[in-house]
Amino acid sequence: MSAARKKKTNAEDYLRMYRQMVRIRAFEDRANQLYLSAKMPGLTHMYSGQEAVAVGICEALTATDRITSTHRGHGHCVAKGANFKEMFCELLGKEEGYCRGKGGSMHIADQSNGNLGANAIVGGSMGIATGAALSAKRLGTGDVAVCFFGDGATAQGLWYEVMNMAALWGLPVIYACENNGYSEYTKTDEIAAGSLTARAEAFGIEAHVVDGQDVLAVNDLTQKLVARARKGEGPFFIQLDTYRYHGHHVGDINREYYRSKDEEALWRSERDPIVNFGKWLVDQGISSSDDLDKVKSEVEADADAAVAYAEAAPYPDTREVDMHVYAPSAA
Amino acid sequence: MREITLSKAVNEAIAEEMRRDETIFLLGEDVAEAGTPFKVLSGLVEEFGTERVIDTPISEPGFTGIAVGAALTGSRPIVDLMFGDFLFLIMDQLCNQAAKAYYMSGGKLNVPMVLRTNLGATRRSAAQHSQSLHALVAHIPGLKVALPSSAYEAKGLMKTAIRDNNPVVIFEDKLMYQDKAPVPEEEYLIPFGEANVKREGKDITLIGTSSMVQVAEAAAEILAKEGIEAEVIDPRTIVPLDEETLLRSVKKTSRAIVIDEGHQSYGITGEIASRLNEKAFYHLDAPVVRMGAMDVPVPFSPALEDLTVPTVEKVTAMARRLVAGEMIHAA
Ligand SMILES: Cc1ncc(C[n+]2csc(CCOP(=O)(O)OP(=O)(O)O)c2C)c(N)n1
Ligand SMILES: [Mg+2]
Repeated sequence: MSAARKKKTNAEDYLRMYRQMVRIRAFEDRANQLYLSAKMPGLTHMYSGQEAVAVGICEALTATDRITSTHRGHGHCVAKGANFKEMFCELLGKEEGYCRGKGGSMHIADQSNGNLGANAIVGGSMGIATGAALSAKRLGTGDVAVCFFGDGATAQGLWYEVMNMAALWGLPVIYACENNGYSEYTKTDEIAAGSLTARAEAFGIEAHVVDGQDVLAVNDLTQKLVARARKGEGPFFIQLDTYRYHGHHVGDINREYYRSKDEEALWRSERDPIVNFGKWLVDQGISSSDDLDKVKSEVEADADAAVAYAEAAPYPDTREVDMHVYAPSAA
Repeated sequence: MREITLSKAVNEAIAEEMRRDETIFLLGEDVAEAGTPFKVLSGLVEEFGTERVIDTPISEPGFTGIAVGAALTGSRPIVDLMFGDFLFLIMDQLCNQAAKAYYMSGGKLNVPMVLRTNLGATRRSAAQHSQSLHALVAHIPGLKVALPSSAYEAKGLMKTAIRDNNPVVIFEDKLMYQDKAPVPEEEYLIPFGEANVKREGKDITLIGTSSMVQVAEAAAEILAKEGIEAEVIDPRTIVPLDEETLLRSVKKTSRAIVIDEGHQSYGITGEIASRLNEKAFYHLDAPVVRMGAMDVPVPFSPALEDLTVPTVEKVTAMARRLVAGEMIHAA
């Protein structure tokens, strides 16, 4: 864990962060299982391994701060405050899902907690996050927007257009690039020239690199940047170095042709964000391993109950198929 | 005759053409080692090397534009667009640049380029990975549009597309990659603008595109048992469109249904129906009926998604009503 920690004073915050990371892992383990047992329609992309990014960032935000998420979006959704029940219902296409089953894994959105939605278009949310920041500025809400995207998404031209405007207009947006080293089945090194931070800096945007496996490092940095963004000092860019444990999507099982098992094992055994943070909490005397185990079993029971609930829940009525195409208007 | 999958047919067509013509190269996301997420291009990089099978960053407008430039200057690029839904990202390069170069230059510049992509819903991939957007490009003069309905068509149309001196967009149905069909070992090409009469009949004409040809054939099979002889026609290319074959059939049967997986409004079904109504009006016993996908974004939930596409049951029911002389859609 990174140095310079304030001890014990923030015990409650620390434990909440731990729990949130455990919740993401538990959610993903079950989502993966649902896929493998052919109970989940379609495909999904696992967030496991990257928990410290979503949690470190979202724990620095308020409920009205906005985020935009990605195809690998369950972690962001949980971290921003979503419930398991509505999430699993959405993954199974059930009526009680966050999007009434219309969105599914790749479009899950949780309006109630400021999550403007996952996105199946890589980079597709960069404009949306920037627009949310423009809106916050115009309306004077003091909210910030965080745009999550992957390293592969930095190849999308849209990012450069919106960074330019965000910088020109001093918008309260934080571009958070989760650098997990891969775009699908390709090492991102092979398809990204130069440095990512330099790209942001070219627009005069302050850029940071942080260890995305270290939830406290992520949280410390984000808290500072969020506070400054609220004062009009944005935008900012953060590159968070991290790793995805599973394949690109749940069906990507045989992947040694692009990523070695040794590399995967190393990240899991040495760099796991939950294990390492757990150790730190115990070392610092903030928690005991028994207490952490208890958190884990509580969360897992919760997740199991939510899965069972979602499996039994009804599909939307067929009449919903052409509802929600157009929002009702006054005129 | 041997039977191969649609996926293999596309692969063979591209490999054969690349062996024949050095100026052909292929580019797109994860086309090399990964052979695309659908594994359609597996083996090509091993034979042709990374100079001719090029992995790109996730920069669709960028690599499409590069292909247009290369096509204008002596190369014959094949662009791989992973999902048809990403057409929205490349519309300028395809529709403003590629489509118009020959005309705007008074015939001096041309763009011999193939864009291969896909269409098709019911894969539980939700609204941004399930669209059938061929009408969008068919609307733009200068682009040719092919819709293979089986492995046989996929191979023959791909080879013709590669040899065409214009930009050609080929849409494969992503649910058909593993479907097998008889494909000769010997070389063959399928000319553009030649519809295929799949089944002869005298009572009603069923015009289907892409996988809707299978739907039409299955419907015809059921109708035959009831004494209704349906003629099934696959236009194979919608630009150019073989009007003659369609008109000849409709003049004989005096009734027609056009079935296509694009949205029904402002789509392919409307265009074909309108041409038949205009040019065969005095031979018709009923207005030509359109059967497209519902005018809604494709929902994720299986309970809703299956309602949005034309099915064998719906086509059969409609055909029965038409043949019985019922007034369909009469205002
Ligand atoms: C515009 C667009 N192009 C391509 C894809 C297909 N695709 C989905 S995820 C992905 C890789 C994204 O890599 P990255 O941004 O690093 O995110 P990660 O999957 O690593 O979380 C690709 C190419 C897409 N969904 N959207
Ligand atoms: Mg990545």
